[in-house]
Amino acid sequence: MSNQPLPSIEQFYAHVLQGKLLGAKCRKCGKIHLPPRPLCDHCFSNEFEWKEISKKGRLLTYTVIHVAPAQFQSMAPYAVGIVQLEDGIKIPGMIKGVALEKIQIGMELVFDSGTCTATQQWPQWSRYYFKPL
Amino acid sequence: MKGKPLVSIVSAGLSKFGKREGLYARELFTEAVKEAFDRCPKLTPKSDIKALFVGHMGESYEHQGHTGATMADWAGLLNIPSTRTEAACASSGAALRAGIQAVLSGLCDVVMVGGVEKMTHRSTAEVTEYLAMASDYPFEQWHGITFPGLYALMATAHMHEYGTTEQQLAMVAVKNHYHGSLNPKAHVQKEITLEGAMSSRIIAWPLKLYDCSLITDGASCLILTRPELARRYTDTPVHIIGSGQASDTIGLYERESFTSLAAARIAAKDAYEMAEVEPKNIDCAEVHDCFTIAEIIAYEDLGFCEAGKGGKLAEDGETRLGGRIPVNTSGGLKSKGHPVGATGTGQAYEMYLQLTGNADKRQVKDAEIGLTHNVGGSGATAAVHVYRRD
Repeated sequence: MSNQPLPSIEQFYAHVLQGKLLGAKCRKCGKIHLPPRPLCDHCFSNEFEWKEISKKGRLLTYTVIHVAPAQFQSMAPYAVGIVQLEDGIKIPGMIKGVALEKIQIGMELVFDSGTCTATQQWPQWSRYYFKPL
Repeated sequence: MKGKPLVSIVSAGLSKFGKREGLYARELFTEAVKEAFDRCPKLTPKSDIKALFVGHMGESYEHQGHTGATMADWAGLLNIPSTRTEAACASSGAALRAGIQAVLSGLCDVVMVGGVEKMTHRSTAEVTEYLAMASDYPFEQWHGITFPGLYALMATAHMHEYGTTEQQLAMVAVKNHYHGSLNPKAHVQKEITLEGAMSSRIIAWPLKLYDCSLITDGASCLILTRPELARRYTDTPVHIIGSGQASDTIGLYERESFTSLAAARIAAKDAYEMAEVEPKNIDCAEVHDCFTIAEIIAYEDLGFCEAGKGGKLAEDGETRLGGRIPVNTSGGLKSKGHPVGATGTGQAYEMYLQLTGNADKRQVKDAEIGLTHNVGGSGATAAVHVYRRD
């Protein structure tokens, strides 16, 4: 067992704030977890190392949200999508920097760290997003 | 006759669904319970019923948790073991499954299963927030993805992959409102037009207001027993002959496909195998149309048509009353309403009516085998049950 703390969602977002996109790679079976998990769901190992993930990806699907939760309503309408990164990992996020009507499935997008805008006690995570290459 | 009965439904009850102002969940639950007891005069509730499983999603609505005991108390079933099951919108599908397990284990001869939710006193923004709790917090809710947003992600993918149209989505809503207009317990008993549905305001593109189910108050319950005891209580039992329940990743984004729910396919396969039936044997079904796209995906996951052909099935009217396989004759979540905790056993209530020939104006002729499909969240839970008339 290493002395390193097990990978956590909290750490993932701490990395994001530093401008890094890191997944947790299982030392035993090699599966890359993003979101990182403290227990590999493939081989049940709990030994991981952080691995840099490509920030470039392709849009798999999207929607434009008009009716939003209270804290997001001022941004509506806004686009969110699921992006498949070059490593094959899929993550969701907002899509910014492109006109809503220009968004298309298959378009190339890149991950950007965003800033921490949280006003609550915990969690205080960054809101990363995707933008056109 | 296909399929060995696992358990038999000897009675069922459903409260009026709708905006039930001034009533608490427990009071709505008694309305469903009263109907179930009145339908079954040979049942002595206090001595016969040995356990209660009740589906309920959110204690936030009424600031009231501990739902199992609360409902047992108000149903007049004090002292029996009572348990709340929570699986988001599949909470009472899970209660039904738990009840079947309790009877099959031999632990209980007779159980009540049901569900309840009181929602309409909260603002749409609050309900949106509570419902979103069924999705992944750190990666979905955190990034402003709403519940309609998750199903909209599936709809966009389905349209892109298979050419499904917004009009086909709207046709599902039109059909379910037609069915709901025939159901005196439905929340909205009013037909809508295709034009009206297409021009309703956008919630999460491509989903519009009329693609979304209703925020509703309601309760439902069933009385289950061992098949060999059913005749003791009723001359018209309905048998549950197949049961499947499965899970998937809590986040939609981690799934292999966004156009199909693996949990629903697995639950359906298990239920069909147990029931020894095939999709073509199903005479009528209640499926989880929390959004119109969900009904189209359900057709495909349940094998009512091939993958990608669900939009066409709706367009051709095959799932309308009088069609090859009527779906959501109750009006579904779209028109009957979706008091989330009550939905799973509410679907079973409709099957009970259909298979005992008591569905009145919306009766499916000669219905013999029925199916219910109850989904939690964006598909992280699914429960499928197959029913047969006696």
